[in-house]
Amino acid sequence: MGKVIVITSGKGGVGKTTTTANLGHGLAALGRKVCLVDADIGLRNLDVVLGLENRIVYHLLDVVEGNCTVSKALIRDKQHGENLVLLAAAQTREKDAVNPDQMRDLMKVLRKEYDYVLVDCPAGIEQGFRNAVAGADQAILVTTPEVSAVRDADRIVGLLEATELHDPQVIINRIRPDMVRRGDMLDISDVDDFLRIPILGIVPDDESIIVSTNRGEPVVNDQRSRSGQAYRNICRRLEGQEVPFMDLQGENFMQRLLRRIRVGAANR
Amino acid sequence: MLEFLGRLLGTSDGSKTKAKERLRLVLVHDRSSLSPGLLESLKEDLIKVISKYMDIDESGLEVNLDKSDDSVALVANIPVKNVKRQGKGK
Repeated sequence: MGKVIVITSGKGGVGKTTTTANLGHGLAALGRKVCLVDADIGLRNLDVVLGLENRIVYHLLDVVEGNCTVSKALIRDKQHGENLVLLAAAQTREKDAVNPDQMRDLMKVLRKEYDYVLVDCPAGIEQGFRNAVAGADQAILVTTPEVSAVRDADRIVGLLEATELHDPQVIINRIRPDMVRRGDMLDISDVDDFLRIPILGIVPDDESIIVSTNRGEPVVNDQRSRSGQAYRNICRRLEGQEVPFMDLQGENFMQRLLRRIRVGAANR
Repeated sequence: MLEFLGRLLGTSDGSKTKAKERLRLVLVHDRSSLSPGLLESLKEDLIKVISKYMDIDESGLEVNLDKSDDSVALVANIPVKNVKRQGKGK
């Protein structure tokens, strides 16, 4: 029996879809069978981030409404084949076209076949959110070190407590070590102080994410990328391994001083 | 220039301090919105505890969260009908 994990955030644009795509690829690379589900009906994007947008024939609603079998609707990944599949969202329908009971039934079917079912939750706290969390065993919150994103994440923690989904974990995304060092960005311990839930991972802000998303190839496969390393670490943690957090502050005193002088001069 | 020197020496606060303070206030407010169900069970528990010590007018009981700019207070207005004699209450 596989695990169903919903990836959620409340706020839009913090990196839920990118996280889902990268964790999917990362777990498949570790030899797991993974199914990704795009629950963002009407605004599907996971297909594009995975580079599978041209292969979609059937979608989640086709399955729920009985127009096709589950296996027929699952799209195989270019790289991992049947070990990484996508169930796309319907693009021309609305979120209330499916209900939590139907999602629960769908998850029951998928978890029999796959080690991990990762559900990409839409932004917001309405029907789409309720659908995405239905049938999940575990929740991963994605947030960024910003007031608005942490606030929304806190709200989601409260809403999850009201469901059967307890003990969510958080990924802090788009950390900029230079800004943290300058005191211009909330750091990991600040976010931790507010949310008080276990941190699953920290991901540095990284240009290679944009480059890889442009190509439709998740950054987790890029061995040189810092954010790719961060996602690989998260996948190993999901697999139960103990992996220390990346050192984002790895600079000695002289480097720090030089950087401060540069930043200070630029700010003058 | 002063700010630059402060930053060079690491003594000046960045905008993070401001962000933390704002986030703290926002979360205090967000978290203080009790659901009607929770408020009702809080009322029932209050009645139970206070009734040990005094007779109160249960229908006149009011419990609210009072929010001001930087704090939140639980304000209860409980009409007392009679105070029990000392020693008799449990």
